[in-house]
Amino acid sequence: MQRILVGIKRVVDYNVRVRVRPDGTGVVTDGVKMSINPFDEIALEEALRIKERGGADEVLAVSLGPDDTQQQLRTALAMGADRAILVRAAESVEPLAVARALLRIIEREAPALVILGKQAIDDDCSQTGPMLAALWDRPQATFASKVEIDGGRARVTREVDAGLETIEVDLPAVITTDLRLNEPRYVKLPDIMKAKKKPLDVTDLAALGVEAAPMLKVLRFEPPPQRQKGVMLKTAAELVAALRQKGLV
Amino acid sequence: MNRILVVAEHAHGALNASVAKCVACATAIGNSEVTVAVLAADGTGVAAAAASLAGVARVLLVQGPANEPALAAVLAPQVAKLADGFGHVLGPSTTFGKDLMPRVAGLLGAPQVSDIMAVESATRFRRPVYAGNAIATVEATAGRAIVGTVRTASFQAAGPGGPAPVETLAADPPTTTHTRFLSATAAKSDRPDLQTAARVVSGGRALASQENFALIQRLADRLGAAVGASRAAVDAGYAPNELQVGQTGKIIAPELYVAIGISGAIQHLTGIKDARTIVAINKDAEAPIFEVADYGLVGDLFALIPEIESLLSSRTGATATVR
Repeated sequence: MQRILVGIKRVVDYNVRVRVRPDGTGVVTDGVKMSINPFDEIALEEALRIKERGGADEVLAVSLGPDDTQQQLRTALAMGADRAILVRAAESVEPLAVARALLRIIEREAPALVILGKQAIDDDCSQTGPMLAALWDRPQATFASKVEIDGGRARVTREVDAGLETIEVDLPAVITTDLRLNEPRYVKLPDIMKAKKKPLDVTDLAALGVEAAPMLKVLRFEPPPQRQKGVMLKTAAELVAALRQKGLV
Repeated sequence: MNRILVVAEHAHGALNASVAKCVACATAIGNSEVTVAVLAADGTGVAAAAASLAGVARVLLVQGPANEPALAAVLAPQVAKLADGFGHVLGPSTTFGKDLMPRVAGLLGAPQVSDIMAVESATRFRRPVYAGNAIATVEATAGRAIVGTVRTASFQAAGPGGPAPVETLAADPPTTTHTRFLSATAAKSDRPDLQTAARVVSGGRALASQENFALIQRLADRLGAAVGASRAAVDAGYAPNELQVGQTGKIIAPELYVAIGISGAIQHLTGIKDARTIVAINKDAEAPIFEVADYGLVGDLFALIPEIESLLSSRTGATATVR
């Protein structure tokens, strides 16, 4: 049984203009649309495509978060995941604790492949994938823009600063997704109905034996310094003159 | 004394510019003793370059054929071993550092502070979250190693200094064989490097084709600038991925940033907010890019780019500036 495990994080929707709470304790989340982290959606889509090509039998979606995270897992099931597990946890769990929890589930489920987003668009940490690979002592292929499974190996093209790099990893391995890996499918209504019948198990960090005491404390959140709006110019000549005056060209 | 280990990024025998930024961050921690670790196949030149950065006390050169090209699975155990006795282990927020450092943190069981933009104390740092829509101040528990990635655009590069002593060690034979490097695109360009360039010209969706994107390249060459692109332009195939500027691409801080045909999604703006001067050219006067631009010009980029080019080369344009 070839199983692919996909990590799903519930985050403030990509399109929401995030604002810091006046008291600096966080960002405004009341009444704000929550969604699957876009990179995780890409991870799920990739897993589904591998399964559809015959490269896997089952796609398992796993998330850590509060009870409401079941909504995002139901969406994952509607997209095509076969089964989901919610590890009930506080709103914010540090990447290392997330990696430890995922490792516990991996030990139980023995996936041939784990696909995670390269970063979550809320904390922008970009840590969980490599941390999990380290704890699991397995290969990692981060920032994937192309994944080819070939028997017990994966050939992964990675988006790196210098361009594209291709590596080969033995499975099982951890892959993290970049933006251009695929375009996730839209969920169809009948699939939403079907997803309600798919298994969604709920456990928690304590049951997994994972200590989630934070090692980093967020003291405060602040809005970023705003840039001043500059001047609007009328012609290209004005622009070139202005830049010359500042010695920029 | 804060003993800090900086992991050096390098390629093809050259020290990456991010190292001087990481050293600057390490120095900002205060009362610092900075060691730079160079893991390489043949890293003599790279180590010498690292040793001549101000603030570096020592360079550890760990040489072994498996260390190049860099693979996180091969390097991380070596870095974790070197990290013994260090309070901080820093790397850059580049794809090299984002790949390697969390693997090191995982091995050390240490917390990681990603994208450090400011140092408040040895345990307290500021970092952007939510695509830069909020700045978080985080504090790590004292007395435990901290792994960090440094947002290079936030720090002035460490200047010349030293030379610091270089200590050369032979790498242990790699125990990792499950990860193999196959190939890399040789994106060779005579243009300045996007991440360190003083001037950057970026194009967006409005360029409408890969052929038209050559207009951006021509203007960049005219200005001696690096070329950048918005996510939309990269997704559409007008520009390669390594040119993407923004939350999930490169975070840059040039003296001059020229955004052409880029509307200015928040994810893009987060990549350029440290630019000294931002110029925006867009046909939509309501585009959000104008909210952050120092100079805005509304109009058709296909008419304006050639006009700007000819003005840049014209003598009259040059005279006009003097007034």
